[in-house]
Amino acid sequence: MRRTLAAAIGLVSIAAAVVASAEPPAGAAACSGCHPASARVTSPVRRLAGLDRAAIVRAMQDFRSGQRSATVMDRIAKGFTNEEIQAIAAWYATQR
Amino acid sequence: MKAGRREFLKLGVAATASAALFPLPAFAQGAAPRIVVVGGGFAGASCARALRQADPRIVVTLVEANATFTACPFSNAVIGGLRELSAQQFTYERVAADGIVVARATATAVNAQARSVTLGDGTRLPYDRLVLAPGIDIRWGALPGYDEAAAARMPHAWRAGEQTVLLRRQLEAMADGGLVVLSAPANPFRCPPGPYERASLIAHYLKTKKPKSKLIVLDAKDAFSKQRLFQSAWAELYPGLLEWVPLSKGGNVTSVDAATRTLVTDFGRHQAAVANVIPPQKAGRIADIAGVADRSGWCPIDPVTFESKLQAGIHVIGDAAIAGAMPKSAFAANSQAKTCAAVVARLVTGAAPSVPKLINTCYSLVAPDYGISVAGVYAPSSGQLAEVPGSGGVSPSDAPRATRAVEAVLAEAWFRTITDEVFG
Repeated sequence: MRRTLAAAIGLVSIAAAVVASAEPPAGAAACSGCHPASARVTSPVRRLAGLDRAAIVRAMQDFRSGQRSATVMDRIAKGFTNEEIQAIAAWYATQR
Repeated sequence: MKAGRREFLKLGVAATASAALFPLPAFAQGAAPRIVVVGGGFAGASCARALRQADPRIVVTLVEANATFTACPFSNAVIGGLRELSAQQFTYERVAADGIVVARATATAVNAQARSVTLGDGTRLPYDRLVLAPGIDIRWGALPGYDEAAAARMPHAWRAGEQTVLLRRQLEAMADGGLVVLSAPANPFRCPPGPYERASLIAHYLKTKKPKSKLIVLDAKDAFSKQRLFQSAWAELYPGLLEWVPLSKGGNVTSVDAATRTLVTDFGRHQAAVANVIPPQKAGRIADIAGVADRSGWCPIDPVTFESKLQAGIHVIGDAAIAGAMPKSAFAANSQAKTCAAVVARLVTGAAPSVPKLINTCYSLVAPDYGISVAGVYAPSSGQLAEVPGSGGVSPSDAPRATRAVEAVLAEAWFRTITDEVFG
């Protein structure tokens, strides 16, 4: 609990919808079906853990709008709201 | 849970009865919560590991009869001679190293009231919550003439392993010019695009090694997953070699004769040199034993918690579950498993479940360098897991071959990634 609170305080600049906790926000756990959770996996699909929060948000929004071309991420990004994207990006940014 | 407790009091059972009879959230009693997961496939093994990650205080037992798991995704490439079965096989060493008790046993009984699972050797495993991930069983007897003995001559190869190798050996032994017949069942069944990927990779094998041969696909349906993509690829890659016969053109197989490898439809008989019968299916056997399967043979669940609609305290994930719009795929099973683990970790602490969002992505190979995909995003809606409007869909029909080649590479990368997460 104390750790959760500390993390929450550290992320006050992020939208209120983003609850910082160890538990992945809705949708985040599914990403590791394709984005390797482990660095030992060789894949052209990049790991999300530790990526810049804003970069994940921008990529998802660009996939969703079609500004950035993709094979499947365009179809997947369309299923997420801005709030959900913010939460997922914030969570992955804190993962290692 | 609340209704159950009222029921409990109504029955007038002494309040001093075993806590296991009707457990409060385990943490409320000061004990470590015990979760039993039955089935060590993409759903069960993922769930067991995700439970330990969510809360290392949870005592997780994974019940699995086999020491080695043989993955179905990419097993069509084994049948087509593009891959060896060993590339499909994984052990539970790393799962056990997470602190999960791996019980190599068959679950033979479930007592949902007493909350315990009985194993083949009589061991009784008490649980606070049970997760069933039994995958599929073949519905023997649903197709007249197709029983376990018939499957030795006309393999289904729909549970990967010996059957996969058997079908491959039969194709290898067949003379050039032979007729291969594949039959696909009515919905629902494991891996909706699977029969068509298999047809593609068998056609690829025939085109490469036995070009005078022919493949007929007898289908109990008039439509199937990624249909336009498959059909346009077949026209391009396998013209004259692969013929798809839909339900409306006499594709529905009504019986088989294993002795002569004959498939009978309302419109005629097809005697095959090699016959691959993909038969009707149902949830794995323990689902029926536990009372979580309905008359359809599959398991209705709550779309938020994955808890059975028929038995409290039992969650069902993966192919066995009726998961609304989510297909019976390994990706979906893994996605459901992680969601279910998070929910169960909350429920055992007395916390409310959060509303999930799930993803599916399924790649199919039409040729070694030709991949296509379907993707979807799902959320609970009106009591079902429904596709989020505007999301998902299949690869574009007008994509260039370079894109198909990229998707073939991504398909293999997906397999490496997901099997590492589940078993690595």
